[in-house]
Amino acid sequence: MSDTTIWTVILLLGIGTFVIRFSFLGLIGTRPMPPLLLRLLRYTPVAVLPGLVAPLVLWPAATGGTPDPARLCAAAVAMAVGLWTRSVLPAVITGFATLYLGLWLTGAF
Amino acid sequence: MASATAKSVYLQGVRDGMPFLLVAIPFAALFGVSAIEAGLTIGQAMGFSVLVIAGASQFAALQMIVDHAGVALTLLAALAVNLRMAMYSASLVPYLGDAPLWKRACVSYLLFDQTYVAGVARFEAAPQMTVRDRMAFFVGVATPIAPVWVVATLLGALLGARIPEAAALDFALPITFIAMVAPMLRTLAHVVAALVSVVVALALIGLPSGTGLLIAAACAMAAGVIVEERTA
Repeated sequence: MSDTTIWTVILLLGIGTFVIRFSFLGLIGTRPMPPLLLRLLRYTPVAVLPGLVAPLVLWPAATGGTPDPARLCAAAVAMAVGLWTRSVLPAVITGFATLYLGLWLTGAF
Repeated sequence: MASATAKSVYLQGVRDGMPFLLVAIPFAALFGVSAIEAGLTIGQAMGFSVLVIAGASQFAALQMIVDHAGVALTLLAALAVNLRMAMYSASLVPYLGDAPLWKRACVSYLLFDQTYVAGVARFEAAPQMTVRDRMAFFVGVATPIAPVWVVATLLGALLGARIPEAAALDFALPITFIAMVAPMLRTLAHVVAALVSVVVALALIGLPSGTGLLIAAACAMAAGVIVEERTA
């Protein structure tokens, strides 16, 4: 792509992304939403993020899509620690520690 | 007195936003490195991080540019990755819908996975918060993340290939998202929703980027509500 084309992509993607983010917040504002919709929306984070992450964990691009024991263990530890401590930071730290330990043990680091 | 409260709520937001720097820094730096490797200028890399400010879609767009997809396909793929944010936007309406339009526009610009999850977690835990306090908290969460996102992109673009591949920065995103979701699995309904999301997303992996995830999310939300009704 030429420089101009890339800048076109950046500008249009910036505008489009903002429109997506502004969609409901901007249009609906104070108007009430149907109760069923509100109940569905409560599950948004647990409905989106696991599906987003699962393929990245099973088939990481960095290994060419081959399942990697170090990354699988890191994901499992982050999940277990997050469930156990109910907080984000310990899960991130132990997840990374497991990842580097695993990569070192499997000789990739 | 009111302003002192708003300030302390803002600072709580800043504190809740800090852990996400652990992820934002490597992820943004990785984007800077990848953008330069893909042949973009430093200005273009920065343009992505300032104007789009959505990591996963920035990487998707970059991949499409490398693959010589046209403008239309590149936009389609990158925007599909961001469609989940329409759901974030809708789910924030009950909490922030009463705020003035320009403030809702600011929130929209700063609406990414981390600010959304931290915001909703707090708003759910403290239902008595005023709209003003919620706004202060949300902007607080974004305060450390957004500028660091931009600066780390610049560092990545400048340092380029000197960051070793063995640092496995690619896995910063999955680890954080898992760490964000695990504490939210409070009820059977949440657990079932998460499992349905994983199974459907994996089953539909062959569909164009982002499409399978949207279907998976819709199924997962429905599953959550159904289980909630059965167990209530």
